[in-house]
Amino acid sequence: MDGFLDALLLDAGYNARLVAIGAGLLGLSAGAAGTFLFLRKRALVSDAVAHSTLPGIALAFIAMVALGGDGRWLPGLLIGSALSAWAGLLAVQAMTRRTRLSEDAAIGAVLSVFFGLGVVLLTVIQTMSAGRQAGLESFLLGSTAGMLYADAVTIAVGGALSVLAIWILRRPMTLVTFDAEYAAARGVNVPRVDLMIMGLVMAITVIGLKIVGLILIVAMLIIPPVTARFWTDRSGRVIWIAALVGGVSAYTGAALSAAAPALPTGPIIVLISAFLFALSLFFAPARGVAAALIARRRFQRRVHRRQGLLALARDEIIHDGLTLRVLQDEGLIRPDGVATEAGRAQAAKVARDEHRWAVAREVHQDSGLTGRYDGLTPIEEVFTPDEIEEFDRRIGGPVGVA
Amino acid sequence: MGAEFVQFSLTPMLIGVFAAVACALPGNFLILRRQALIGDAISHVVLPGIVVAFLLTGTVAAIPMMLGAGVAAVVAVALIEAIRRLGGIEPGAAMGVTFTTLFAGGVLLLEQSDTSGVHLDVEHALMGNLESLIWFQADGWASLVDPVALAALPPELGRMATVCGLVLLATILFWRWLVMSTFDEGFAQAMGLPVSAIGLGLVTLAAISAVAAFDAVGSIIVIAMFICPPAAARLMTERLGVQVAWSVAFAVVSAVLGYVLAGYGPLWLGASNAVSAAGMIATVSGVILGLACLFAPHRARIGAGRSPDAV
Repeated sequence: MDGFLDALLLDAGYNARLVAIGAGLLGLSAGAAGTFLFLRKRALVSDAVAHSTLPGIALAFIAMVALGGDGRWLPGLLIGSALSAWAGLLAVQAMTRRTRLSEDAAIGAVLSVFFGLGVVLLTVIQTMSAGRQAGLESFLLGSTAGMLYADAVTIAVGGALSVLAIWILRRPMTLVTFDAEYAAARGVNVPRVDLMIMGLVMAITVIGLKIVGLILIVAMLIIPPVTARFWTDRSGRVIWIAALVGGVSAYTGAALSAAAPALPTGPIIVLISAFLFALSLFFAPARGVAAALIARRRFQRRVHRRQGLLALARDEIIHDGLTLRVLQDEGLIRPDGVATEAGRAQAAKVARDEHRWAVAREVHQDSGLTGRYDGLTPIEEVFTPDEIEEFDRRIGGPVGVA
Repeated sequence: MGAEFVQFSLTPMLIGVFAAVACALPGNFLILRRQALIGDAISHVVLPGIVVAFLLTGTVAAIPMMLGAGVAAVVAVALIEAIRRLGGIEPGAAMGVTFTTLFAGGVLLLEQSDTSGVHLDVEHALMGNLESLIWFQADGWASLVDPVALAALPPELGRMATVCGLVLLATILFWRWLVMSTFDEGFAQAMGLPVSAIGLGLVTLAAISAVAAFDAVGSIIVIAMFICPPAAARLMTERLGVQVAWSVAFAVVSAVLGYVLAGYGPLWLGASNAVSAAGMIATVSGVILGLACLFAPHRARIGAGRSPDAV
């Protein structure tokens, strides 16, 4: 636990510090870039991109060894992975655009075939004399243990650059993801912005390979935006909340795995963000399950309260259990079901407002106003006091029966 | 093509063929229903399933593993649906959240528990070990009628053949229902068909194939076979029956050709070691799909190429 605290407070050695900061920056940009993807409803395209990095990594390794190099030089491997990720992305787009196959089929086909090809190339590398200690498997699930200083710097710089890129491009990307047709009408080049989003996603995938691994990097792009969506309905805020969720979970995960080197980094980061997701799913105030349940219950009670008061006004007997409970809780009826003074007053008001609404519907042909009648909206919120006075005048006072 | 072939290549090749066909059959309907990535999700969550089954039973026996994987698949489908409904999240993202989380949990459990004594690791789960399913007892084609040798067949062969037969039988038996609910769900419902039960049944069938194939060949083949052969077949014809036949043919060709290329291809090129058969089978299926995308008779969507906004 001490080791974990040390790592969390950036005290676990220079390399671990750099890795944690790099992971945090990466998580930040992954969360933000993932939001654009998520709002564009193309979240799983990133899965195809991530899986199609594998053959590029393997080919880059083979090429570097063939040129007499070490083969494990990270920037070289990342360039290779970016090239094959680009090929995978183009394949998905070509298949969706040119053939009748739907995007999900194209995604699945590309990710499985590129990954299969990558596995074939990995077995080729294993038979090469330089390939025995290639350690390319660490790209599958990510590992920060024993990371070289240069690698850590590469990741930290890459993470910072992608944050910067998102900051610069945030306006056109928000516009396109929120309303592509409006953006096109404003003169934004939608396909180019889409391409920029994809380019960002690809860059983040490539930078994240070493930390999270290619199988799980997609989680860093999907889980934070989905989590953020529960907290707000404003697209601008979704982006920053997602960035926060991504940054926090990546930073904590990297720190945690620096303290426990046996654990692969990627799964830890994913599980932390999944925990944040579960928390938000249930407890987020805007769209969480608990908030929805509470809102539903409140609505139900309002409906029952009104129906109960209407019944009181008409001297009808109330049978429904919930209605009786609601009215009794508010002191509108006595336990034996007889209305109290307050209950009779409220019932009279409800009955009178009902009558006012009926008049309002006759007088006003404006359905924009009378259409707001749902039985629960108080009439005072819809009409002005002098209008209501007019309704009351039309209703008139009590008239004697001759 | 003699005794050596029977001993080393026949059984892995047959297992590959059965696995490919078992996955391609339900894949046809999944693709038409735009649920192609269900196969992807299922094959990821199989890992936590088998790890939990291993931790509970302490063995790597086939039955508990398959039960664990099946339970995990059902849990995943339920979770996806729950997240989709409770959170109002689009299905793709709900799927992404679910399968990455479960997979991450599986990997972490696996790394935490002591599995050094058994053959259970992430790479095996992904890539399978098709090459190792050889038939030790065989000494030629004559062994095919030799009961002693037949008894020593790898158990995966029998399991995979059974599952393949089961999937085939289910596809034939429920053909009309599947077709109706896939093409026109409203009509199927009006005809009184249990539409949601059919959908669930299809996913279950896919899960059974995925779990059985995963046991033998790893998850790459599973995903590739769910999608590539049916997708290629979709571009060949306008008729579902013909499409299913094409997909089975493509699956068989991918499995056989992929296995042969992986086992013998490097030798032809002068290398001494075989490459991953599972990866090669997936690659071959991808090549077939690529060719279909370029040359198949029914490849174009109606109106494609004319609308510039078809992104």
